[in-house]
Amino acid sequence: MYFSNLVELWNMAGHGPYVWSAYAISFIVLAAIIVIPAKHYRQQLKHIRQQQSDNS
Amino acid sequence: MASWQWFHRLGSPKWLSGTIDRWLPWVLGLGSVLLLVSAVWGLAFTPPDYKQGNSFRIIYIHVPTAIVALAAYYVMAIAGAVSIIWRMKVADMALRAIAPVGAALTFLALVTGAIWGKPTWGAYWIWQDARLTSMLLLFFLYLGIMALHDAYQNSASGNRAAAIMSLVGTVNIPIIYKSVDWWSSLHQPATLKFTEESTIATEMLQPLMLAIPGAYLFFIAAVMMQLRVQIARNEKNTRWMAERAAQ
Repeated sequence: MYFSNLVELWNMAGHGPYVWSAYAISFIVLAAIIVIPAKHYRQQLKHIRQQQSDNS
Repeated sequence: MASWQWFHRLGSPKWLSGTIDRWLPWVLGLGSVLLLVSAVWGLAFTPPDYKQGNSFRIIYIHVPTAIVALAAYYVMAIAGAVSIIWRMKVADMALRAIAPVGAALTFLALVTGAIWGKPTWGAYWIWQDARLTSMLLLFFLYLGIMALHDAYQNSASGNRAAAIMSLVGTVNIPIIYKSVDWWSSLHQPATLKFTEESTIATEMLQPLMLAIPGAYLFFIAAVMMQLRVQIARNEKNTRWMAERAAQ
């Protein structure tokens, strides 16, 4: 590791708040573009199953 | 002709759905691993930039999201052209699938760039900068295309309007690329070049060389997931979709 300890890694010589917030926001948005369509897909499959059982 | 079979199959939602199911875990898995490794590497192991210090570590998320946000627009505009010329259903589906993912990536490029700007330029945002403004326009183009899809009751009109808008918006793409050369700008010029040596140290470049393919794969996975939702909605009354849902 470049930093000598975890506190230094967290602080990044004063740039910590910028760097870590940029990565945190990126993680949230990237997770969202996977999780949201996954949820919609599951809901749609459930909807199709319900339609099937209503018809039969 | 056998060589054209893939082109016809592309129009088959059943084939497309099966292909997505087979490839999605691999594309998403590899993309996520590459992004994760590059993030850990770039955050903790690369040395800081001699001028910018540690803030430069934002590069490993800013540059890949910006590159893919632009590439996504190309692909979306090509889908728009295919939709207008050949009226292929799969082209409209691709347009619909890419727009929200492209918007999310453009948003990330803008936000990470703004955060990077504060310690580097002393400001989050500068309206006079052409790179920033043209990138913001890209974000609004993606949002506009999403809004057009939703605005029309008749989805054929919505698809057509979105396809036309995607083509008109391509004017913005060369402006984004060239903005740092054409106008004096706070934004630094490209550090990665194909035609000459890149102006970045090798040890700083290595994590970026993982993050860029990682971002492409992640983008492809996210688009596959959007397509899968659309297929499930469009084909809800077919037998094969009912069987798939029952599994």
